[in-house]
Amino acid sequence: MDINDLRSIITVAGLLCFLAIVGWAYGRSSKKGFEEAANLPFAEDDDQGAVPSASQPR
Amino acid sequence: MSGTQTTYNDKVVRQFAVMTVIWGIVGMLVGVIIAAQLVWPELNIGFLHFGRLRPLHTNAVIFAFGGCALFATSYWCVQRTCHTRLWGGPLVPFTFWGWQIIILLAAITLPLGITSGKEYAELEWPIDILITLVWVSYALVFFGTIAKRTVSHIYVANWFFGSFIVAVALLHLVNSAAVPVSLTKSYSAYSGVQDAMVQWWYGHNAVGFFLTAGFLGMMYYFVPKQAGRPVYSYRLSVVHFWALIFTYMWAGPHHLHYTALPDWTQSVGMIFSLILLAPSWGGMINGIMTLSGAWHKLRDDPILKFLITSLSFYGMSTFEGPMMSIKTVNALSHYTDWTVGHVHSGALGWVAMVSIGSIYYLLPRLFGKKEMYSTALVTTHFWIATIGTVLYIASMWIAGVMQGLMWRAVNSDGTLAYSFVESVKGSYPFWAIRWLGGVLFLLGMLIMAYNMFKTMAGGKTQDMPVIAPAGHHA
Repeated sequence: MDINDLRSIITVAGLLCFLAIVGWAYGRSSKKGFEEAANLPFAEDDDQGAVPSASQPR
Repeated sequence: MSGTQTTYNDKVVRQFAVMTVIWGIVGMLVGVIIAAQLVWPELNIGFLHFGRLRPLHTNAVIFAFGGCALFATSYWCVQRTCHTRLWGGPLVPFTFWGWQIIILLAAITLPLGITSGKEYAELEWPIDILITLVWVSYALVFFGTIAKRTVSHIYVANWFFGSFIVAVALLHLVNSAAVPVSLTKSYSAYSGVQDAMVQWWYGHNAVGFFLTAGFLGMMYYFVPKQAGRPVYSYRLSVVHFWALIFTYMWAGPHHLHYTALPDWTQSVGMIFSLILLAPSWGGMINGIMTLSGAWHKLRDDPILKFLITSLSFYGMSTFEGPMMSIKTVNALSHYTDWTVGHVHSGALGWVAMVSIGSIYYLLPRLFGKKEMYSTALVTTHFWIATIGTVLYIASMWIAGVMQGLMWRAVNSDGTLAYSFVESVKGSYPFWAIRWLGGVLFLLGMLIMAYNMFKTMAGGKTQDMPVIAPAGHHA
């Protein structure tokens, strides 16, 4: 096995790793955590004083 | 813990935010000067000629303006989304003062011709060492803050900021490796085509991580905040992040098409550049769609206008980039003003506009005001900046394609149809339009500075208290 086999293996492993991440991201189990994370910027009212453009609910 | 734990460290954010505007004006003024020097060559006076000022312009706008904007926004975002004060004590002010000293040293050494000659990495080795010290401190502060967060998740913007910090450290250390021969002169540790490849691995990833990942961090925090709704798809943002990480590192060779670089390496660079279109557009769509259902906010909120327009330019330049990396297209575009136009559609349209929007968001909050001194002036700034950017890139497209066509035109006997100077002559009117576009963009920054100082006047600079930890975590 020469160095180029190793390079090919790393490339393929990289692709598989990426596809695994995509699978995980779109999997059912990560939904709740992502929702919590997505709302982190809104956890506090750092708009004291400033005009909250965030005031209107959807 | 102690009383200092109870407020956010907004002082350093304030300092970096103000300096963003100041360095933006300086860097863009130098840009306007060198654009004028191309139209009126007699403006090349003494050692302040185009060759000396051009690296000053690029360093000032990328590292001084863009750098300060990234420090300010990342320090704000990491504290607000980790619900904790910045970690690091004296390291925090060191990152501010150290970065300002680096900028001053660059402003002195580059016009004097002290340079290592590597594009976007011109600064000589003593300054490189100082950059390393500041950058390591930055990393310690940023990741130290993430480590002591009081929430379980690390918000996606912090992933982007974090990858930008790590990647820039790696790029800087590898590309700046050099053998010093005196205090002001060193030679690259690499030679020949390896040196070129290392340089453009650095150069393209400076675009990919300094000018993209960092500013995407800005987008993922400030677009949702200003729009008042969470990011369109958090899942997409995770895939966006990892796709960028997996592909960007390989795109550098497209800067070396048709050079001594092995052909296969050029092809790899081209293919990865084409793949990059997907994550780039995924990110752009994610940012713009965050506004979905709230498009009306775009009508009267100039800060949102800046942020969303910046994403449009991001989408435009990340479409143009992969196209230009195709070898046959590159054969026409390389070394022409098309490249300059492409860079500025990213630099003015994307990087500068997302920074300006984010800084406008921060300034009133940093100085205890309800809003900017004049929202009308923010709107004026937006339109002037947009018109300036469009003038700039449209003139460079025309000039660039014209130059490329003239340089490759041959007569039936195989001789060149045009001499080089004929393409220079033909470019004059477009260079004048480009200069005008730059003047408009600079004018917008001057309006911003006026608005900023008016907002700061009589402002309170009290640090805000850290949010109380919620029940479910330690």
